[in-house]
Amino acid sequence: MYSGINISQTDARPMYLQIMEQIRARIAAGDWPSGKELPSIRALAAALNVSVITIKRAYLDLENEGVIVTRHGKGSFVADVNGLAGELQEERLEEHLTRAVEIGQSLGLSEDDLAARLRRAQRNLGKN
Amino acid sequence: MDHKHIEMRGVRKSYRFFTLDDLSLSLEPGEVMGFVGPNGAGKSTTLKLAMGFIAPDAGEISVLGHPMPEAQAAAKRDIGYVSAEMRLLPHATLGWHMEFVKSIYPEWDGGYAATLVKRFNLRPEQNARSLSLGEHVKATLLLALARRPRLLVLDEPTTGLDPVARHEVISEFMDVLRDDSRSILFSSHNTVDVERISDRLTFIDRGRIVDSSNKEDFLDRWRRIHVKLPAGTSLPELPNVFGRVNDGQFVTLTTNQYSEGLRALIGPHVREVQRMNLEEIFVANVMYHREVRGS
Repeated sequence: MYSGINISQTDARPMYLQIMEQIRARIAAGDWPSGKELPSIRALAAALNVSVITIKRAYLDLENEGVIVTRHGKGSFVADVNGLAGELQEERLEEHLTRAVEIGQSLGLSEDDLAARLRRAQRNLGKN
Repeated sequence: MDHKHIEMRGVRKSYRFFTLDDLSLSLEPGEVMGFVGPNGAGKSTTLKLAMGFIAPDAGEISVLGHPMPEAQAAAKRDIGYVSAEMRLLPHATLGWHMEFVKSIYPEWDGGYAATLVKRFNLRPEQNARSLSLGEHVKATLLLALARRPRLLVLDEPTTGLDPVARHEVISEFMDVLRDDSRSILFSSHNTVDVERISDRLTFIDRGRIVDSSNKEDFLDRWRRIHVKLPAGTSLPELPNVFGRVNDGQFVTLTTNQYSEGLRALIGPHVREVQRMNLEEIFVANVMYHREVRGS
């Protein structure tokens, strides 16, 4: 049922982050609408062959982000937040930009160099 | 029903050339504990102590609320134990073994046993003697799982299994854990399996527990920090950092207590902070403790 969620051993990110990312993607795409009940922690652990504590960690962090809500004794649900999908995309953009800046710094690029590279990437995409 | 599934405190067991000392560990219902150590570290001895096969020289052991080894008969009704040393009777079939276990344990679940036969690709009419190593391991696991014990104690359960068989077996372990009143203690030197399915990890080396914690904490705390120090600069005193390797201007640090504060202390010289996988953490941990113990 959740066979679409995968854990990669070659992905440097910890397993709980990989799971969070794939749940966020399903929510952002609208496949998991707000109010949808998430699989129970133990059911998802068994389906993915991953420890219960890893799923717990992923759910807890998603809850702290406001992506899901957990009602005690009832389970976890996709949060009912307007524009959540947009917020998630915003966050991803922020993450990637930060990473780009870090790499730019390690290459010794100036602020202007980096901005020019970003504009060039935009133009390249625009051509396609 | 609320007691811990396994509780060992201050356990000691001496042999002529090996001593297990000051061993404490506990396993909660619903948990999987991975017990990791090099060969000869004391993993099997610890599991045998938990099963009551051998008595400790000192310390206390209780399993499913029963003091061990005194109450082992009562405890064992609800424990499934599998070890690579176990051998089925060579001239009896798997089916015979299944009937035999069923006659001893009233909890035997025939329907589940039949499902496992299919999932593990086994044939009940086959003699144990003609089973491959992997089939033999799966057969012994089947005999333990089909009793639906509350506690599974597994000594190197995936050793000798090919990747497909390992996947089959691990899926079955995780299926057991759908029920939060059951638990698994398993030893392994395959850190990939351990990293994947364990909730708690305990590292053992040379008869002593080196470290024990929630798996996510382990993976969160340990980091390798790559630093580039321009000539003439040096690092300040850093807490919880060991395993320092210098190569010209490049320094690699290992820490078991990573925090943003530590990163700030090192300052602008940090090139990269890497997470470590369980195998790397295990090796660094063992090497560090061997150094501290001065051997």
